Amino acid sequence: MAEREKLIEVKDLQISFGTGHKKFVAVDHVNFDIYKGETFSLVGESGSGKTTIGRAICRINPTSAGEILFKGQKINGRISKELDKEVIRKCQMIFQDPMASLNERAKVEYIVAEGLLNHHLYKDQADLHDQVMKALHEVGLLPEFASRFPHEFSGGQRQRIGIARALIMQPEFIVADEPISALDVSIRAQVLNLLNNLKENRGLTYLFIAHDLSVVRFISDRIAVISKGRIVELAEAEELFRCPLHPYTKALLSAVPIPDPALEKKKKLLVYDPSMHDYSTDKPVWVEVGNGHYVYGNQKEQEGYRAEYAKHASER
Amino acid sequence: MEKKPIISARDVEIEFSLRGRTLKAIRKCSLDLYEGETLAIVGESGSGKSVFTKTFVGMLDANGRITGGSIEFEGQDMAKFKEKDWLKIRGKKISMVMQDPMTSLNPLKKIGKQIQESIEHHQGLKGEAAKKAAIEMLAKVGIPDPERRYNQYPHEFSGGMRQRVVIAIAAACKPQVLICDEPTTALDVTIQAQILQLIRDLQKELGMSVIYITHDLGVVANVADRVAVMYAGQIVEYGTVEEIFYDAWHPYTWALLQALPQLGVKGEALPTIDGTPPNLFNEIHGDAFAPRNKKALAIDFVQEPPFFKVSETHSAKTWYLDPRAPKVERPHSIQNLREKMEAAHG
Repeated sequence: MAEREKLIEVKDLQISFGTGHKKFVAVDHVNFDIYKGETFSLVGESGSGKTTIGRAICRINPTSAGEILFKGQKINGRISKELDKEVIRKCQMIFQDPMASLNERAKVEYIVAEGLLNHHLYKDQADLHDQVMKALHEVGLLPEFASRFPHEFSGGQRQRIGIARALIMQPEFIVADEPISALDVSIRAQVLNLLNNLKENRGLTYLFIAHDLSVVRFISDRIAVISKGRIVELAEAEELFRCPLHPYTKALLSAVPIPDPALEKKKKLLVYDPSMHDYSTDKPVWVEVGNGHYVYGNQKEQEGYRAEYAKHASER
Repeated sequence: MEKKPIISARDVEIEFSLRGRTLKAIRKCSLDLYEGETLAIVGESGSGKSVFTKTFVGMLDANGRITGGSIEFEGQDMAKFKEKDWLKIRGKKISMVMQDPMTSLNPLKKIGKQIQESIEHHQGLKGEAAKKAAIEMLAKVGIPDPERRYNQYPHEFSGGMRQRVVIAIAAACKPQVLICDEPTTALDVTIQAQILQLIRDLQKELGMSVIYITHDLGVVANVADRVAVMYAGQIVEYGTVEEIFYDAWHPYTWALLQALPQLGVKGEALPTIDGTPPNLFNEIHGDAFAPRNKKALAIDFVQEPPFFKVSETHSAKTWYLDPRAPKVERPHSIQNLREKMEAAHG
């Protein structure tokens, strides 16, 4: 495989909240790269820190250790004002709940244009209006929607407004934080298709945060599984589903309901018990077992993972 | 063995008055719930699945009313119930678990008291006896250390634990029917699997019939014995879970199955259901799904189809099943569904 351009690099990231006694480390020792043009997914249960990582990349949450690089430049911690502005513009976010993330008192035109207004990225009023119309068109909304309020729209349409608001900044990187979990099944497919089309037309890169693994498999190139603030496994999407190594990944995969009564009823549910790891003497490390498949574990576990990986590889 | 229906709804019609206009939310729905079974009702939001089942516990919003049909339960017609009749049924014989465990508990009251409330009201137990029953119930739904948890408030519980408490309240009086309205949509997948298992265990222990309302076909495959598919205020197809997944007939059921992300091919667009559901303020002619169905027949726009029987347990409301209809092929992507799922998850 040719060397791909790394858009985002996360190195030994730690994010904590509070200080002193109340200090709580939400994310620790997180390492991953996101290549240009790919969809990278972070999967884990609520409270695992997946949203926190996404927010840290967009400079919403401060980091306490480690580095985040955007196109090779450090973007966490103290950075120059110009770079700060650039990052805010180039890294946009789409939020989970389209009911809560849009300003109820503003018209769609203002909501979509707000980023441009804040950054003075327009020549005159006509140009501003033009850009808003273009963004609305791109996400499949009609021009007359610009003068309406968010409450007049359905869930799917609101999510499109949220996407238009991100797109208008001409971003290169989008953090999509559970963009479809609040939507209906039939609308989900539409929003996913829209995101996929935009990725192709605009050459976007996504960090997709989700807990629904069935969707993640369909849209992502690579998946990282996160548990309690640590990434425990990272692999290409199909690879992760075919050959999960870490017990947490296995438990997570077994919990996803399969829409097939025969398979679903005979399926065995695996339960993950974090106390199974004995890390008191043998410290765990983050190692590649092969072909871009990383897993977190101590020496003894690594041996087991490697054996399992080799077995899977020989069966293919 | 002939199974007995425990609830039997016939031609139920429900209307809402909204800003001086009338909305027909449910248009002649008939449904049987049998003893000990699990029935799943699926459909997109606004299809009326929640409204329909809310009538089984007398919890329609104030601006809604039942305008026709009957709902029979233990020889009584619940469609004609007044509020005082409901007090003997709701929470005791038929109870409901709501979607969001964050909002369905009283934040100012201790968890134990909230369970006790229902026990005292319906079972006539008082004081210590009721407290004991409440603690037993907490233990039964898998909450560790129930004596201590009894004295805690909802904010001290996680989402999954709160949903367990809500289920404990609903099941405290050993109801005959438990209605679960999207019980797991607000929860994580791992917690979801646990809650589904809990409901299944309780069902076995208490011999309840369970109605699931959901739009997740994965959950349906996990829990259901029978499935009813709803669209625009009507049931359009019902059958056993195998019949609905492997031998569906209604084009709307097909569309729901096609939109499954598990059937998606990477790099290709997922099939979507174009258009929007019909506006229920307007009179609907013919098959309500016809405007969104690319392969609709001419008659679909003119005349409403009746139910056609596919098997003893399976019926669909579509003209495709009429002997005079041209042969219509099921969409390619949902043929051999089972093999495809096995290939993806085997």
